[in-house]
Amino acid sequence: MNRFFTLLIFGISILYSSFAHSLIKVDITRGNLDPLPIAVSPLHVDIKSEEIKDVKTKEMGEKISEIIEKNFKSTGLFNPLKKDAFVQKPDIAHLKPRFEDWRLIKAQALVTGKLLIKDKKLKVEFRLWDVTASKEVIALAFTTTPSNWRRVAHIISDKIYERLTGEDGYFDTRIIYVSETGPKNKRIKKLAIMDQDGANTKYLTLGNELVLTPRFNPANQLVTYLSYFRNLPRVYLLDIETGIQEVVGNFPGMTFAPRFSPDGKKIIMSFAKDGNSDIYTMDLETRNVEKITEHSSIDTSPSYSPDGKYICFNSDRSGLQQIYVMKSDGSNVKRISFGSGLYGTPVWSPRGDLIAFTKVRKGRFYIGVMRADGSGERLLTENFYQEAPSWSPNGRVLVFYRETKSGPKGEGFSAKLWSIDITGYNERKIKTETDASDPSWSSLLSK
Amino acid sequence: MTKGFLYSIIFHAVIVTLTIISLPFMIRQPIDLPPIVSVELIQISDKTNIPFAPKARKVIEKVKKEEKRVVSEQAPPAAKAKEKPDRIPLPDEKKEQKKLVKKKQNPEEIKPQIRQSSEFEKKEIIDTNQIAALIDKAKEEKAVKDKSSNKLTQSNVKNSFATGLSLSEEDALRAQIFGCWSVPLGLPYDKNLLVRIKLKLKKDGTILKSEILDHERMNRPNQKFYKILAESALRAIRICQPLKVPPSGYEKWKDIQLNFDPTEMLKG
Repeated sequence: MNRFFTLLIFGISILYSSFAHSLIKVDITRGNLDPLPIAVSPLHVDIKSEEIKDVKTKEMGEKISEIIEKNFKSTGLFNPLKKDAFVQKPDIAHLKPRFEDWRLIKAQALVTGKLLIKDKKLKVEFRLWDVTASKEVIALAFTTTPSNWRRVAHIISDKIYERLTGEDGYFDTRIIYVSETGPKNKRIKKLAIMDQDGANTKYLTLGNELVLTPRFNPANQLVTYLSYFRNLPRVYLLDIETGIQEVVGNFPGMTFAPRFSPDGKKIIMSFAKDGNSDIYTMDLETRNVEKITEHSSIDTSPSYSPDGKYICFNSDRSGLQQIYVMKSDGSNVKRISFGSGLYGTPVWSPRGDLIAFTKVRKGRFYIGVMRADGSGERLLTENFYQEAPSWSPNGRVLVFYRETKSGPKGEGFSAKLWSIDITGYNERKIKTETDASDPSWSSLLSK
Repeated sequence: MTKGFLYSIIFHAVIVTLTIISLPFMIRQPIDLPPIVSVELIQISDKTNIPFAPKARKVIEKVKKEEKRVVSEQAPPAAKAKEKPDRIPLPDEKKEQKKLVKKKQNPEEIKPQIRQSSEFEKKEIIDTNQIAALIDKAKEEKAVKDKSSNKLTQSNVKNSFATGLSLSEEDALRAQIFGCWSVPLGLPYDKNLLVRIKLKLKKDGTILKSEILDHERMNRPNQKFYKILAESALRAIRICQPLKVPPSGYEKWKDIQLNFDPTEMLKG
């Protein structure tokens, strides 16, 4: 009898399980890599807006939307739709979009906005709409001086980018670089700074001294760079906001690539003492110099991990120039690059997951990335000569410089800045007024 | 003299041997036959429905019977009317029916039949005997259906509730959503970002209701990547609708769960 009941319960449980698992499940593991179609409606200019000297108020709405579009296009993740196809007027679209119309032109997201200039202040508000769900996603407003309108466009771009990708944006940022003019044997090098899209270039030095390797402080708008004064290398600190600069110290022999620690309190660099190049840190408050590596080989190009616990650097201690990682006190040195060729200029990503580098193999130069443990090496771009990658603050894009022959017959020489996505797609030349090298990307200005 | 003769014989023998060995056409190569491997071609949908073969067989039989009816309409009425059985066909006769259906599938053979159906023949089609036969057949079909529904065994219960989409149907749906889903590329590849969405569908494949199963995760402060992914998945579903669902078996697929997992793509 017991046996019968056991069998019955067993049978019922089998039957029940077949009912319980009747829901059809389909795994979707692939999608398309097409950029997201986004419509950026021109910002509506309020008719009460004042006219201000040097600022064309009426055109401002159109211009802001154009900058947002350019920013999105440069990411390769968005496809801004052509304005000719827009049916709704900007002012009405900002109040209540007719989603069916926007769906017709295949837009999945819509940006609308309006601006008002009153009492010499610019007030901009914008809304991001999910067209497929017919709902508002975010809405924000900014007030600033009217001359700041380009920054407003970049900030709006950042907010939308963040909302749609989950990552911080990188549009409201600047790039510092070495501007180069003149023939190769008599090059004039100046420090220059510009917005990430190439606008608003300013020159920070006069060009009478050789400047090298400017690097942004990840925490604020300070820059450290190397300059040769009477053939002696000096490490400088420059405050971009105030324009004040100071000498951090004179260092002997060959000094290379000073770089900030993530908290901005230290500078890490390499210099040669007693004929041997090692890595040193300098506390910016106490000006104490501390030796980090102690090896007979040449150790250069140090870069901190974003948490400040590790340092990646370059060394030829294995015979060839390779990338190594150690703890920030210099212990536990571990080689991470093992591919054929020479590896240089390692830079730790602000996200902490990747290290960017320059690789030289069979006379060609590559910019690549690898994981912090050395695995997953990917070469993103290859050329005749290119180096010095620098990360965008969100760790998604790299900027570097590339030297090419400028003439059609291979004569002449030209150096330009380029950017590339960490996926290896979307390689773009960044417009600069002069030739440019040694770029460094700032953190977000609005943070 | 004898010595010279011997040398000549040996020399010639060597030459002949070398020729035989070196000339390939004279060598008889063993015939190297590849082993015979049987290849069975089956449709994916047939394969996926194997556990539920009794049901599938009934459906196929039903379709065949319908097709047969069409053939009889096109064929000369008298001859075909005689072939029509007034009873359930025996297994041997079933084979003949199958052949008939096969013929129908070949368009070249159908053409003459179509040409034959003149105005006169079309009139002939409306034959009272044939209509009676058709009515009888409909009764038989109904009887078979009733019989089968009365004899609901355990395996049948399993069939009617546990049968999912066939691989072809699932692939069609998957392919449709692949095209609509723009994967946000900035997502980290090393985090668990599986988004499970439960859908209630209408018969035409449009969405009646969509529900993210881990909805509370979307509003957690450190889960913005999950939120972005979930939103992209919802966008994909909305863009894709009506979803490509099978024309029949609504009860089976009216509730469906889609699991969006971009890990493979992001690792790329």
